[in-house]
Amino acid sequence: MSFLIQQTLLFMVPLMIVALAGVFAERSGVINLALEGIMIFGAFTGVLFVRTVQEIGIFENAYLNGNWGALQLFEILAMLVAGIMGSVFSLLLAFAAVSLKADQTIGGTALNMLAPALVLFLVRIMVNQNTLMMFKGDSAGWFMLKKTTFGFDKDADLGFFGNTFLNKVYLATYICLLIYVILSIILYFTKFGLRLRSCGENPQASASLGINVYKMRYSGVIISGFLAGMGGFVYALTSSNCSANGDVAGFGFLALAVMIFGNWKPLNIAGGALLFGLFKCIAACYSTLDINGDGIFWLKEVGISSNVYRLLPYVITLLVLTFTSKKSRAPKAEGIPYDKGTR
Amino acid sequence: MKENLKSFFKKDGVKSVLASLISILVGLIVGAIAVFLVGIFKDTIGVKGAWEGVRIIFAGILSTGRDAIGSLTWGYNAVNLGDMLFRATPLIMAGLSVSVAFKTGLFNIGAPGQYLMGTMTSLAIALSIPSDKVPTWIIWIIAFLAAMVAGALWGAIPGFVKAVFNINEVIACIMTNWIAANLVTWFFDGSVFCNQVEAGKTGYIYKTSYNGVATVKLGLDKVFKGSQVNGGIIIAIVIAVLVYVMMNKTTLGYQLKACGANRHAAKYAGIKDKRNIILSMGIAGALASAGGALYFLAGNTEFFWSTYQSLPATGFNGIPVALLALNNPIGVIFSGIFMAMLSTVGMQLTNLTAYNEYITDVIIGVIVYLSAFALFIRTWISTRKKEAPVKPIEDKEKATQEEENKEGGNE
Repeated sequence: MSFLIQQTLLFMVPLMIVALAGVFAERSGVINLALEGIMIFGAFTGVLFVRTVQEIGIFENAYLNGNWGALQLFEILAMLVAGIMGSVFSLLLAFAAVSLKADQTIGGTALNMLAPALVLFLVRIMVNQNTLMMFKGDSAGWFMLKKTTFGFDKDADLGFFGNTFLNKVYLATYICLLIYVILSIILYFTKFGLRLRSCGENPQASASLGINVYKMRYSGVIISGFLAGMGGFVYALTSSNCSANGDVAGFGFLALAVMIFGNWKPLNIAGGALLFGLFKCIAACYSTLDINGDGIFWLKEVGISSNVYRLLPYVITLLVLTFTSKKSRAPKAEGIPYDKGTR
Repeated sequence: MKENLKSFFKKDGVKSVLASLISILVGLIVGAIAVFLVGIFKDTIGVKGAWEGVRIIFAGILSTGRDAIGSLTWGYNAVNLGDMLFRATPLIMAGLSVSVAFKTGLFNIGAPGQYLMGTMTSLAIALSIPSDKVPTWIIWIIAFLAAMVAGALWGAIPGFVKAVFNINEVIACIMTNWIAANLVTWFFDGSVFCNQVEAGKTGYIYKTSYNGVATVKLGLDKVFKGSQVNGGIIIAIVIAVLVYVMMNKTTLGYQLKACGANRHAAKYAGIKDKRNIILSMGIAGALASAGGALYFLAGNTEFFWSTYQSLPATGFNGIPVALLALNNPIGVIFSGIFMAMLSTVGMQLTNLTAYNEYITDVIIGVIVYLSAFALFIRTWISTRKKEAPVKPIEDKEKATQEEENKEGGNE
């Protein structure tokens, strides 16, 4: 059971945080189709940062002495770098969508094409292969929190809670959850959040009350870029051993679907992300999944092709969207470039 | 003469073509700058290597390799040009698919999935009908048509959920893309179509020539000796012309375009908007999957079947092809060939220099980015070509022009 929960969390958290990225952009009135691209770019910059710092050897001693506090700081720094570079990359979208009033869907598609191409071009030139790895060690060795990290014995039993949430987990997961809660509160209970949301509903009315719509939309996209970039790195760190290969397996698009499924509301999105995280988890490791811990892998014994499990998340997304579309309520002004003249 | 030139630049069509050409030029320049910068900072490449990379980006299609002393040689390269036309075939079809949907106001990002469905259907049929009983050209035609039908049905799914349930077609298309990728993998996984004859080819489906099925060459292989080119490019061009006729000369095309211009107005005018949306996506799906069929029925191409983790880039590249051509089916022929040229250039970069083919994807990305604000570029062109200024206004105009130049520089 704890394995199932941990694995689901691994898939759910990047989905959730990237879906929230989509919320910030769309609630401010900009369709951010580029989530996938920004994730790829963020993953790349984060991994590159880890690699470079390892090469210089700043955290070498901390690793050798088992100083896990310093290593977690290293992880947080890498997340920050990935987020900031994600913001910088998303500025391209903001510039096209807000300043030049360009078609947002096409702009987003352009970033989605640009990011993997740029990343693969650079990675190929840097390391002469298609995957950029850590300079030394692996993400589990450097960043994963284990029983031994907290001074327990390897075989110590920490109880269900301890085994699930303190053993073999990444701090990044919890930081993301924390950020998710904080940003959701900001979006709903602060002046800034209210103004941002108003720009996605009726920008002309917002402008008439003295809100700078351009500024709000820029901040929406920049926050979105930060979250997506960070989410991309967290995905790379936790699911693909801290490596970047110009691909995040369609997570950005899945996050978009989760966002629409969650009706652009953080709480619903968390639920949606949980659902899809669970299905993704089943698809990824159904054959080793031991749900009640009795050593019987019944999902494997049912004998359904692995292709079915891989299909499920997408089919279910489509079906769920079909059934919930009647209640779906997108921000009214999303995708429409703000024009001062059309009041 | 000057007057003629002015009215020439004033035409909408000319402005559009100019806007596309500017996008292409800026894209190429950005690619060249990236190559140059990377070359300078990487000591294994240096300025000389960087300069070679830049030259290949602009003229790689005419590169013929290196001579004895290791410098680049240039000239007519039949293999490159033929392969370019071969690669252009599916790109033109994908571009047509995206452009038809665009005209109906739909963003068909589902071309990769439709392309895969076409590939699967055409390969399965071409390989399973016994060629000793049925003439191979009949098998070819059946496979091609079946692929189009499969693609039409697959493409109609996002159209259906858009029309009936009002689900954003972009999300629906993305989901159907991944579903198609998984379905294709599932279908071929462990099937009789997997190549078990040649060693090291287990991940691939048999070439259709294994069953004797191959696209007719139409003499093109004699013009471009040693290349993969075949009659597929002619078929693609004919289909492009047919699409042009359909969109511009028939009632159906008019209805589709009316729905794209204003769905509600079209409905008010008695046009069945839902039916047209589904139809438009169906046609788009048929076109994209015809691209897949044309590529894999060629006889010398192999399909890597375990594709559940990646979608074919050809489908996505239909988007820039359509955008560059401003959704004009005839224009798609040229922009498709241009995109194929870029990918040939990418191969040249990988083969001849320390760079790799991904830089051409960067160039394509930049071009798509620029075409997102094609409208902006178009207005920029028309303000630059203003009537001859009267003296006192000149300074003011200069100022605005400088401002525009600045804006252009920011791009």
